[in-house]
Amino acid sequence: MEMSETLFAQYFNEESRPLDFYLKEMGGYTASKKALSMNQDDIIAEMKKSNMRGRGGAGFPTGMKWGFIPKQSAKAKYLVCNADESEPGTFKDRDIMRYTPHLLIEGMVIGAYAIGANHGYIYIRGEYTREAKLLDQAIQEAYDAGCLGKNIHGTGFSFDLTVHRGAGAYICGEETGLLNSLEGKRGEPRVKPPFPAQAGAFGGPTIVNNVETLAAVPYIINRGGEWFSNLGKLEKSGGTRLFCVSGHVKKPGVYELPAGSVTLRQLIYDHCHGILGDKKLKAVIPGGSSAPVLTADEIDVVADIEPLMKIGTMLGSAAIVVVSEDYCVVKLLARITRFYAHESCGQCTPCREGCKWMEDIIERIEHGHGREEDLAMLLDISNNIAGKTLCALGDAAAGPVMSFVKKFRADFEAHIRGGKCPSA
Amino acid sequence: MGKKLLSEKFYKSMEKLESRYPSKVALLLPALHAAQEEWGWLPPEILDEVGAYIDVHPAQVREVASFYTMYNLKPVGKYHLKICTNVACCLRGSEELVEHCEKKFGIERGETTPDKRFTVVEEECLGACGTAPAMMLNDDYHESLTVSKLDQLLDHLE
Ligand SMILES: Cc1cc2nc3c(=O)[nH]c(=O)nc-3n(C[C@H](O)[C@H](O)[C@H](O)COP(=O)(O)O)c2cc1C
Ligand code: SF4
Repeated sequence: MEMSETLFAQYFNEESRPLDFYLKEMGGYTASKKALSMNQDDIIAEMKKSNMRGRGGAGFPTGMKWGFIPKQSAKAKYLVCNADESEPGTFKDRDIMRYTPHLLIEGMVIGAYAIGANHGYIYIRGEYTREAKLLDQAIQEAYDAGCLGKNIHGTGFSFDLTVHRGAGAYICGEETGLLNSLEGKRGEPRVKPPFPAQAGAFGGPTIVNNVETLAAVPYIINRGGEWFSNLGKLEKSGGTRLFCVSGHVKKPGVYELPAGSVTLRQLIYDHCHGILGDKKLKAVIPGGSSAPVLTADEIDVVADIEPLMKIGTMLGSAAIVVVSEDYCVVKLLARITRFYAHESCGQCTPCREGCKWMEDIIERIEHGHGREEDLAMLLDISNNIAGKTLCALGDAAAGPVMSFVKKFRADFEAHIRGGKCPSA
Repeated sequence: MGKKLLSEKFYKSMEKLESRYPSKVALLLPALHAAQEEWGWLPPEILDEVGAYIDVHPAQVREVASFYTMYNLKPVGKYHLKICTNVACCLRGSEELVEHCEKKFGIERGETTPDKRFTVVEEECLGACGTAPAMMLNDDYHESLTVSKLDQLLDHLE
């Protein structure tokens, strides 16, 4: 791949690319034609070769996930696209959906064929009304052109695709919360096992994949798993990544770069032109607001799954939030924790009660009413949430608290002892 | 039940959607969206009518509807301002926007003006962090906001 060539970002401008453009300029629906003439196992093998790791946050290998779907099933199978994009700081899936909706649709046709599903849903967050309409239009175009629906490309394979709008609940980004929501219930995460591949949507074997994961599939089929894998610079992490950089940088936005090819420092200072007002960097959250925070000294790390994991944080949804020296980190953590407390579905006591307590304590510290023992209490509560809940929202809430308190302890202590913020 | 409150169009679109799902209950979220589009909010009679159509108990409709923040179970103003104050937006000055609206309309966040024109709420992440601060005005996104851009927008509403 040339440096200037990207899978997605070169189309992130102007307008939604209609079918016409997709067919003529992007080789649209040639990958689905090819895939539908392939053996299903060969498609899954190609996905495994590609080293595509799910872009939703957990980084699970996509080929392996597809391989979990039972070949024979008495119940209908489903392919569900997770377009909830709810992890704070993340805004890449929106661009794929509004600029190149057909890439996602074609990726879903291929995925559905590979796992033997005749029905699929795009679960899109309710706020994205415009993107939902654009997807509906693109889906209609694909139906009219015989790329979707009955007997696709004359192969006998049929796949119906429906856009399903969420209604404002972060937890519906968690895949089993999403499935409950799709079924018309409260979006409360389910007890696992059974995993969705065994019993997911409407009780049938189901694959849930992120938008970016599925939209890359046409490229993988057309150019091969090995080509995709080689785009990535590290082992076991193929393709490009859509980095969402926000906060105090001069040029926030979505940056598409080969996986494993840049450090956080390069992203912030080279691609995003540094910190607003040329101030000093204070903190970086590298993977959406649930990722443990990093200090300014820790940003020479390669922004990819394994390197970030090694230093105790995560790439998550590749949402990088940059904070400059004059913003209060206690206030920031208070905001993050308020979010998780608000979004806890309430099924697990440690998450429901713990998030609320943490919120109260951090707010009290922020406002200068903190007590000496508060920091120990915060760590104790977060330790009692992490790993002890039904879904990963508990960990998502605990990680920021542990890391902020550990890495910016002096700021918290200054609030407690001085009754006010040292950086204000 | 007496006369139907939801339109012909609502029932037609639901009939069309029904074949898309293996169970009718899955229509609940789309139905609540469509009903809210017609009514601006979801009064109890509407929740009951949706329940009757989908064949679920009214209590179940309420239990589900109340889980999701986008369903307005109380009336909202003609212009519903949802200002994101999550991480990316708060780093970019969204608090100032909220405070400005509170002053401008003489209400607190979460409230509606007495003339029922404006409701101002704090919103969680809208997925527009690259163009923060962002807000929704009814169904539309407005991004890269400043106080003066916000004023311009609000002063041009009818
Ligand atoms: C609290 C929570 C929120 C999540 N939000 C999202 C989301 O908004 N979008 C997404 O794709 N995955 C989200 N995930 C991850 C999904 O559960 C799931 O792993 C993912 O959709 C799988 O797709 P992938 O394998 O393509 O990454 C979330 C997980 C948790 C625990
Ligand atoms: S961890 Fe929190 S959000 Fe997840 S199921 Fe438990 S209570 Fe709900």
